[in-house]
Amino acid sequence: MWDHEIRAMASTHAIIAASMLMATVVPAALVPGFSVYGTHLLWIYSVSGAVAAVSVAIFWLLGISPPTRKHTLGYKLSRLFRSCLYFFLSCMFFHIVVVLYGAPLIDSALETFSLAVLLSSLTTLRCLCVLGPNVQAWIRVFSRHGAMSVWDTCLQITVALTVLGAWMGAFPIPLDWNRPWQVWPISCSLGAVFGYLSGLVVAPTWIHYHRKQLTYKCK
Amino acid sequence: MPAFEETCSSRPAQCRLYPFRADPPTTTMQRIKGLTTGSLPTFVDMGSNFASRAISDDNLIHQFGQVGKRVVFMGDDTWESLFPKKFYRSLPFPSFNVHDLHTVDDGILQNLYTTMVGDEWDVLVAHFLGVDHCGHRFGPDHPAMADKLIQMDGVIRSVINHIENDTLLVVMGDHGMTETGDHGGESQKETDATLFLYSAIPLFPGPPSQDEPDVVPQINLVPTLALLLGVPIPYSSVGQVLLPLFPEFGPAQGAVAGLSQLEALWINTKQVSRFLVTYSALAKDIPSESLAVLQHQYENLSSEYLTFTREGRSPPRELSLALQAYLTSVQDVCRATWARFNPLKMAAGLIILALACLMCFTVSEMSSVLVRENNFRLRATVVVALLVGVCVAAGQLLSWGYVELAWCMAATAFTSELFFLCQALQSKTSTGVKNEAKAPKSASWRTPRYLLSPPLVVTLLRFASMLSNSYVITEGQVVTFLLRSLALYIPLRLNWDGLLLPANQDPSKPASLLPSPASPPSTVRKESSTLVAFFALLVGSLYLSLFFHGCREEQHACQPSPFLSSLARVKDNQLKNIFYVLSVSSLAVWTYLLRKCLQHYGNLNSSGGTVFTARWILPLLSVCLGLHWAVSASPENSFRNLSELIKLAQIFIPRAAYCLLGLGLALIWLDPLTVFVKTRPASGTLKNLSVPPPRYRASTGISPQAELHHLIPQIYQRMRRSLDDGETSGASEVDNRPAVEAYGLGTVYSAPLLLFCGLLGLGLLHLHPEGMALSFLLLLFEMGALLHIHASSTTLCDLRGVYSGGFNVPWTPVVLWSLAATQFFHATGHLPTFSSIQWEAAFVGFPGGHTGTFLPASLVTLNTFASHILFAVGCPLLLFWPLVCEVRGSRAGKASGEGGEDAVMEMRLREKPQLFSSALLQLSARYLFILGLQVFASVCAAAILRRHLMVWCVFAPKFMFEASGFLVSCVSLLLGVSLVLRVDVAVGHWFKRLVPDVSR
Repeated sequence: MWDHEIRAMASTHAIIAASMLMATVVPAALVPGFSVYGTHLLWIYSVSGAVAAVSVAIFWLLGISPPTRKHTLGYKLSRLFRSCLYFFLSCMFFHIVVVLYGAPLIDSALETFSLAVLLSSLTTLRCLCVLGPNVQAWIRVFSRHGAMSVWDTCLQITVALTVLGAWMGAFPIPLDWNRPWQVWPISCSLGAVFGYLSGLVVAPTWIHYHRKQLTYKCK
Repeated sequence: MPAFEETCSSRPAQCRLYPFRADPPTTTMQRIKGLTTGSLPTFVDMGSNFASRAISDDNLIHQFGQVGKRVVFMGDDTWESLFPKKFYRSLPFPSFNVHDLHTVDDGILQNLYTTMVGDEWDVLVAHFLGVDHCGHRFGPDHPAMADKLIQMDGVIRSVINHIENDTLLVVMGDHGMTETGDHGGESQKETDATLFLYSAIPLFPGPPSQDEPDVVPQINLVPTLALLLGVPIPYSSVGQVLLPLFPEFGPAQGAVAGLSQLEALWINTKQVSRFLVTYSALAKDIPSESLAVLQHQYENLSSEYLTFTREGRSPPRELSLALQAYLTSVQDVCRATWARFNPLKMAAGLIILALACLMCFTVSEMSSVLVRENNFRLRATVVVALLVGVCVAAGQLLSWGYVELAWCMAATAFTSELFFLCQALQSKTSTGVKNEAKAPKSASWRTPRYLLSPPLVVTLLRFASMLSNSYVITEGQVVTFLLRSLALYIPLRLNWDGLLLPANQDPSKPASLLPSPASPPSTVRKESSTLVAFFALLVGSLYLSLFFHGCREEQHACQPSPFLSSLARVKDNQLKNIFYVLSVSSLAVWTYLLRKCLQHYGNLNSSGGTVFTARWILPLLSVCLGLHWAVSASPENSFRNLSELIKLAQIFIPRAAYCLLGLGLALIWLDPLTVFVKTRPASGTLKNLSVPPPRYRASTGISPQAELHHLIPQIYQRMRRSLDDGETSGASEVDNRPAVEAYGLGTVYSAPLLLFCGLLGLGLLHLHPEGMALSFLLLLFEMGALLHIHASSTTLCDLRGVYSGGFNVPWTPVVLWSLAATQFFHATGHLPTFSSIQWEAAFVGFPGGHTGTFLPASLVTLNTFASHILFAVGCPLLLFWPLVCEVRGSRAGKASGEGGEDAVMEMRLREKPQLFSSALLQLSARYLFILGLQVFASVCAAAILRRHLMVWCVFAPKFMFEASGFLVSCVSLLLGVSLVLRVDVAVGHWFKRLVPDVSR
């Protein structure tokens, strides 16, 4: 029913996952002393950058983003500007949420903000790519009947799994195992990344098996 | 203490200084027991620290008495209660009042020197308490502590100067103290103290040599003193003699001892081995292989020693070392295996507890059935259970000859639970057969989807977190995290169901799904924004509440909250003033908010007891609190001429507050109605909530009961209409018929309950340090936020016609409520450890100490479980709040008979008494289930991990706190529910009175 979309989605996800892998492997070859735990912030930024660049490129090429009403350059620029603003705002939003969930307020603000950037580039950026800078549509997507295309359903799944992963990443922090990955924010960012990766796998699979039940009003 | 160092460096042969290590728990009574019996403590003894019973074991004091030594005692009166009538002369001074730094010490000093010089004693025990109390009150780094230590230094110097040649001076601390000056736990700061030995003549060969002990365990003093004084070592002592005090070879050179080192060791070894044999024959908890090793070791040593003495040779040094090693290993084995467990009883307890939780769950799931079928054969259950209990008792009597009450009660509980569950199963199947429509609904909780719903997941996570010591240690943060996550789930879920945003904005939504949404989008939007605003308030207060946490010893990087120490401890005057102003203003906000809330719903108009309480007692109580804080925070020596007045005020202001609190609570209980009835409309004074006179037609043919049924909706339709437009009141006036106005009837249930909670909260705040006022204010905010979130989400569901079924409270708010109770246990500075109990609470209003133990114990309990009490009493509010906040016409689809505008708030409950009682039962059963699950988790943790390294410092205290918190919560929940029932009865009477009035 949605075979074409599902195939496109699977290949997109494969490319994104590969880019994340590259973002981990390539700096290890280039930067001396690079490791996921040791230079964690660098890893976070490299992964976020890779995911951001690849998703923006792919979604732009695929042309999934909603059709724009005007085609003037000024309108496109303002959209771009608004997207950047929304991305920054979402970083702030995630930062505040993470602090409210118990992250230290002042001590490791940079680490917390890096986690917020990672979460934003894994979730908000995809929203921006699929739905455009439209908060109303974002809120609408996350309801039972809100998805209007296969890509919206995929967005629901990946975002939910990413946030869930980051949430579960907080569980091992209080344990007294003294492992390197228990340091803030390593477990949370690892959780978010694993959640995102599993979302990349789960979304096409789930949609494939439920393609008979999926009905969308538009499209 | 410069006295120690100076003496030891100038006279090394007369003096020794050792670190002195206690066995936890480091409470005073346990230490005195340890220091006199020489045995290791059993943990559970700790609870009786303040109700010390006489020691029944063999002990030093008893042995001294046996041989006719005259023991003179002065100081801490714990000794007197432990050793009643054992002293030759005794001068006990009251010890329980930690505010009193000087009475005990001054009392000792007045008598110490005269007694020392006199000849009326052989052993003199002087137990000073000032340093301990100073630590409790001010902490170790306060100037008062310096004064106290300087005083003690002087005392030791003068005693050293007074001491005679045949006397040994032993100065020791029975325990240390933590950074905050408390003790009771097992951190090194608490267990380690000093042992200082001094004699006027040279006792030791020279300065301390290499082979002297590094650290002296406390119990080692017992055999040492016993052998030095020539009395038998107490029977159950496992201590090891302190060798340096005995001469190495024979009694030749020392004037003090009659025994050589080896002889002392030998006597000690024989005594310990005898005790070990008897003990292991009685209790089987020492592992048999280590017992065999010890036994073998002992036989070897004894034969070796006996051969040497028989041959008259001087035994080698190795023998002495081997004897010491034997004694040390006995001590280690005993320490490891002292706690005894009974696996059978533990398993039985776990099963009974699990069944009880299951029972609560069943009750909550089928509350409506239970309420409908009044004859649920509860009586039969009780009778059968009692019979089984009696049978078990009889069986025990016949087979063993004595009755063990625990087993009888266990059998009773077990049978009743089984019986109940069987009946529940039966009735479930029978109802399932009766109406097939209900069957899938009742079976739904068995599906995995139901088990994966977030409230239950959070409950299970909480359950699992009890099993890990790290999670128990950081419980405050963990619970806050879970609370936030679950609270976030409510708006997310609403959004997922498409209920958060107005439907008309939703082009994607199929219109057929909505059963004609009567609600305008503005209402939905308003409700959603209320929800989001209160969610923000909840998250904010949760975040702020983290600043009020205390610290466990295990959390090294943690700083306890500055608000936790009482104002008297704050040294900087300006800081003190700021704290005071903050506390008082939050107190004022608390009072103001409560009154405002009651006023908003029109509950402050009548002249009943509850209204009197709200109008006068509540403000008076908070004024009392503010005054009390001011008085207790004033520095001790600042107002010399007013000191008498301050002392008086410290007694009478808190007592006045207690009286006001009691009076207020009693008034609410006696006269809970806040309804103001007017028989004639006075349109000039009508406020927003005033009710126009509902006309009542006296129909002669109808019984009062039927009239009553007719009247209630009438009143409320009128009330509704008046809110819709004020014109109706004018119209009704024209009619000039018998009329009734009722103010505040819409919140008739919740108003007294709310006021009750508010008053109780003030009373509990009274027992806390002043800074906790802020935390209590946050608690009020959080309660309000939770209630409003619950109310808004219910309203949003109702607005869209998603009928949730009766007045039932779903799981999510109940779980949130119980998590909040635990969360504020931590946010009011409490921790599940014994050293963090706020003993100061016992002296609020009783600065002179207590005579009994009941009053201080209950005050401390109230202080410790304040948040449990408040949340349990306020639990029924969850049921009322959606009704209080309901939006006009929201339940349009449900109520068919009364038309669209029937928002009669809580009177809806009276219209459907069955649904009301079943919802109330369900709510309490759910709350109990969640609390019970927590207790069950902590019991499991303590049982499974009983050999865990952390069991005595993490799991066992956690279990005790959880269990007592559960008991307190149960009692408070009963109190809250019975208050609701009391109001129900009162409302019934009120209507009965009203009907004849009107129909006349």
